[in-house]
Amino acid sequence: MNPVAASLIRLRALLGKEFRQLLRDPRLRFFMLVPPLFQLMVFGYAASFDVRHAEIAAVDQARTPTTRELLAATAATGRFTLHYFPDIGAATTAMDRGEIRAILRFAPDFEEQLVAQIVSDGSDSNSAQMITGQLSQTLQQSARLSAGIEPPVQIEERAWFNENLDDRPYFVPGIIATIVLITTVILTAMTVVREREFGTLERLLVTPVARLEFLVGKMVAVATVGLFDVALISIIAVAWFGVPFRGNVVGLLVGSLLFLMSSLGIGLLISSYAETQQQAMLLAFFIIMPMVVLSGFAFPIDNMPEGVQLLTWLDPLRYYLVVIRNVFLKGSGMGAHGFEYAMMALLGSGALLLSLARVK
Amino acid sequence: MSALKPDVDATPVILAENLTRRFGDFTAVDHIHITVQPGEVFGLLGANGAGKTTAIRMLCGMLPPTAGWIRVADVDMVRHARRARGLIGYVAQRFSLYGDLTVLENLKLQAGLYGLTGARQRERLEWALAHLELIDRKDAMAEALPLGYKRRLALAAALLHEPRVLFLDEPTSGVDPIARQRFWELIYELADGGIGILVTTHYMDEALFCDRLSLMQAGRIVAEGTPDELLRRPLPTPILELDSPDAVAFEQLAQTWPETREIIPHAGQLRIRLHAGTEASAMTAKIWAMAAERGLTVGALHPAAPELEDVFVAVLEENET
Repeated sequence: MNPVAASLIRLRALLGKEFRQLLRDPRLRFFMLVPPLFQLMVFGYAASFDVRHAEIAAVDQARTPTTRELLAATAATGRFTLHYFPDIGAATTAMDRGEIRAILRFAPDFEEQLVAQIVSDGSDSNSAQMITGQLSQTLQQSARLSAGIEPPVQIEERAWFNENLDDRPYFVPGIIATIVLITTVILTAMTVVREREFGTLERLLVTPVARLEFLVGKMVAVATVGLFDVALISIIAVAWFGVPFRGNVVGLLVGSLLFLMSSLGIGLLISSYAETQQQAMLLAFFIIMPMVVLSGFAFPIDNMPEGVQLLTWLDPLRYYLVVIRNVFLKGSGMGAHGFEYAMMALLGSGALLLSLARVK
Repeated sequence: MSALKPDVDATPVILAENLTRRFGDFTAVDHIHITVQPGEVFGLLGANGAGKTTAIRMLCGMLPPTAGWIRVADVDMVRHARRARGLIGYVAQRFSLYGDLTVLENLKLQAGLYGLTGARQRERLEWALAHLELIDRKDAMAEALPLGYKRRLALAAALLHEPRVLFLDEPTSGVDPIARQRFWELIYELADGGIGILVTTHYMDEALFCDRLSLMQAGRIVAEGTPDELLRRPLPTPILELDSPDAVAFEQLAQTWPETREIIPHAGQLRIRLHAGTEASAMTAKIWAMAAERGLTVGALHPAAPELEDVFVAVLEENET
């Protein structure tokens, strides 16, 4: 028989087996559906840097019409809930007890100095920064409108692609990338290790199957699961969370396929080091966690120290995130992320070649 | 024994010379030679850890040997193992098909892996299901099958592509006697069809079922030949069979004799194994005299016809000292 035809017959048999096993195993079915949906819900609803109903202590020692008006305007935004305290001491006690996040104080000489004091709870630095920022913005705006107090320079802000700087359009597309990473790395590593553990791999290798055919069968099956997750999360992101999808599907598909090269390669590499499924699981998390942190999924890469920033260049997730966010929010064409495609292709080929050399 | 005697003049389907495998300092298989003709059932015997599985894995091309060379079905297994894979069948000691696939799905997968398609695939699947009595469980998940079925499924999977050589690693361990009997009948049938079969076992009684066998110990072959040849070997440690209503008294008595090496109660009889160099006839006379002296009744007393197990025990002991 023609060797190519024979190889295709074997591949077809292997693929049939892989898909049957994937669809039949309740644990794997669970693994394909539940964690993606769960993460989507968690990040869609819980992960938010937006300030809503922050508890603020108001200490108004000036008691002028201006301060009263500023406080009223602050409360009216809906972002802050004001609690009035007679002096700074009482407010400090409340902050110690964790009842308030920040103190807004107008000193008795406010009318002369025109200084409003904001003290925030720095033990939660992220939200302290955001509350301070939003509070001072609100104060300046209402000071200009109601009291005609103009700051020396006026700044007009506008955010493109995500006009209200909502966190959801920022986070939800990113979840696609992390889910695809987690699902495909773990599935690849676990199913290969399982075959080795159960002796089924050795049994396969006394048949005319080539190692490469076996691996291709595995990778095609896992990649299909990965693409299924991309589609599933994209649809929910758009239909349920109202995240805009401005780019084109092909751009997303190409990016996903290129990213899968890396994640499958990493999964195979893990399988070559792990002897049991538990070891594979642990190794997978050991690798996935830093990849997510370095990717810019939650923490901006620009804020990282320079050495760490260099490390992020090796993180394929970083490029996939850029592609996904561009496709969803900016709607830029495929040409706009040629660099990201190239980097993913490079890292992916490296990971695959390395793993093929290791997997025996 | 198989009905058609193996054709000794044919090219061997398995030929291994100086086959050696070391793992670090440990030599698992030490310069062994194996020849198996088409239609022959060849047994590789030995205790667990004697090197049988390592040997079979090298012969199947799963493990490269440290030294030596192997030809299986006219293919150089050391250099071109992949070419021989379509010509050999292998049944591992452990069930290593897919537990989460049904019997039929497992067989279809194997058929595909061996390149069987269309009508040919259907024909072979039907043959395997019928011949190995799997038809009533064809849609059962493999992991839910009783052990006997699992073994037959594993054998079916190894036979779909009609291999020239079949390797069976401990095919009957853990299987009940009836299933074991049935399994051997199948093996003979296959050998009659001209397949060369290499089977490993640690059951001494199964050794008799083989056309030829080799006994392995600590990685080396310490005895080989047909069962008859092996049985004709003079036993260095003779065995006397004693049938007596006073068996208990004799057992105590025999323990005091300097010639006694081992006493084996065996179906109401005593088998008394004597130290090497003891003359069996002289010992018989001595026992008769002793019985008369003490008023013990002797039903029958004669040197025992050696069983394969006796031969092997003697060989193994010889090598240990």
